[in-house]
Amino acid sequence: MKNLIAFFNILKKDINNYYLKPPNISWGIIFPLSWTLMQLLRCPDSNILELLPGLISTSVLFGTTSMLAVTITFERSGRSFERLLLAPISLNTLMLAKITGTILFGIFNAFVPVIFAGFFIDLSGVNWLMVFAVVFLIAVTSSLMGLLVAVSVEQVFEAQTLSNFFRFPMLFLCGLFIPVSNLPLFLRIVSYCIPLTYGADLLKGAINNNNILSEKLSFSMLIIFSIALFIISRYNIEKNKSK
Amino acid sequence: MINIKNLTKKYDDFTAVDDISLTVKKGEIFGLLGPNGAGKTSTINMMIGLFFPTAGEITINGIDVIRQTKKAQTVIGIVADESNLYNEMSGFDNLCFCGALYGMNKKQRELKAKQLLKQFNLHNTGNKPFKAYSKGMKRKLTIAAALIHCPEVLFLDEPTTGIDVESSRQIRELILELKNQGTTIFITTHYIEEVQRLCDRIAFMVNGKIVACGTVLELMNSISYNHSVHLTVDKNPQNFILEFEKRFEGSSAIAKDEKSLVITSKEKIPLLEILNFFQEKEIEVYQARQLHPTLEDVFVKLTAVESAILKKEKEKGDQQ
Ligand SMILES: Nc1ncnc2c1ncn2[C@@H]1O[C@H](COP(=O)(O)OP(=O)(O)OP(=O)(O)O)[C@@H](O)[C@H]1O
Ligand SMILES: [Mg+2]
Repeated sequence: MKNLIAFFNILKKDINNYYLKPPNISWGIIFPLSWTLMQLLRCPDSNILELLPGLISTSVLFGTTSMLAVTITFERSGRSFERLLLAPISLNTLMLAKITGTILFGIFNAFVPVIFAGFFIDLSGVNWLMVFAVVFLIAVTSSLMGLLVAVSVEQVFEAQTLSNFFRFPMLFLCGLFIPVSNLPLFLRIVSYCIPLTYGADLLKGAINNNNILSEKLSFSMLIIFSIALFIISRYNIEKNKSK
Repeated sequence: MINIKNLTKKYDDFTAVDDISLTVKKGEIFGLLGPNGAGKTSTINMMIGLFFPTAGEITINGIDVIRQTKKAQTVIGIVADESNLYNEMSGFDNLCFCGALYGMNKKQRELKAKQLLKQFNLHNTGNKPFKAYSKGMKRKLTIAAALIHCPEVLFLDEPTTGIDVESSRQIRELILELKNQGTTIFITTHYIEEVQRLCDRIAFMVNGKIVACGTVLELMNSISYNHSVHLTVDKNPQNFILEFEKRFEGSSAIAKDEKSLVITSKEKIPLLEILNFFQEKEIEVYQARQLHPTLEDVFVKLTAVESAILKKEKEKGDQQ
């Protein structure tokens, strides 16, 4: 019960203090929107439906990782994060509370291109339940990656730099822009070590029915990545205590 | 209440806290006094479970802080050396949020938050965002936030550093009020007067070690010092200094100016005997004052750290 009160209040505070702030809302809308427009302008005759999985993934990936860099790194440098560590709540509760806001923000990001696309094309063939489940899991894994970055560095700009170091290669290796099968062997191996590869493939299946991997495998991989990232982040926070 | 045994903290090769042991009794104010870099914050951070010690044990109220950190944290309140509340949130919301972290329900935390704002004389600014507070107000709100869940033990890391005189005075009064309500208080500072005014017991910390520990009186008595009396008289002391020294063996009298002198001796000379001497010589004594060593003298003698170092930092702190 006490953990629950703390959980909801941390979540509420983050939503009010960060996610609902005008600059962040506009970033959450403008970034996916401009990304969508960019893709459309680049190849005007492309099928929007074909672009949608990439647009959704990119929006979630960038939305979640940038936000965590702010909500955690910022609080760590201002030392208010210490309050959370010193409160009598379990570290798991604290981490869940911190990433839940980001996950919600990521899901919101994901549906910006979807709504935009809805004005132009018929989306009735899409398996929405599946899209939602996949978006959720992509949001979870990318939030956890953001968390890992945020607890491993000291400053906001370091967090941004470090996450870009991961984000951009991930984007190009996850099979969205270049099919994984066209990559050289080494990069293909790397590609299968990236959670987004599985998320993007599932989205392709849900929207265009052209997934390559089995859905079971992809879902399992996303869940395994989530658990692993959670444990590593937890370990990193604990490790900071022994510094 | 608090027991520390052989506590050590190393940052790589550097030993910041070096095998310290101390106990804090229930209901007392315990002060850790030391210059910058002495290891005060490192000590507190281990006591509150923010960092793991390299070695040693800490118990608070019988709870092992290292193994049962979360349990120990339910009974302690923490004021960090920085006022680290949330800038965007109002004073009231900050307090309520801190209450929620300790699992208090909405009604409980709102009631307590209002009460604390009033007690800390911040009720007129409770709706302002924290970032709009002055330094002294920020410090007071940070202390209030540490009290939201009514902790049994309060840790204060340099509560008055960089704060103006009036706010510092208010903060010290609040600390004494808390002690009267039964809270055990552990405080670090580099203000000698602060520990002298507030603390029941004091430990001097230098280079990660505790050099001395005890009440003000115990610390005073732990060093041997000369007894001195300062006298103001109506004749030039030069005329009778030698005679005085002859009468009171082992004493030395030094004229400060034409009307005053200081008498120093290893053994205490009763004031009455001194006055009798002057009466015999028909010298009138306007004022006689015994000079006691200050806590500052004791600190300097025990730690071999010049008190100027503490004072220099104090000024630096005040400018911040
Ligand atoms: N995270 C850290 N890594 C490395 N060294 C550290 C770390 N924290 C503190 N130190 C060093 O340990 C020593 C003790 O620091 P600490 O902050 O505990 O002192 P302090 O008594 O609180 O000083 P101040 O009065 O400046 O607050 C200092 O020399 C400091 O440089
Ligand atoms: Mg300190």
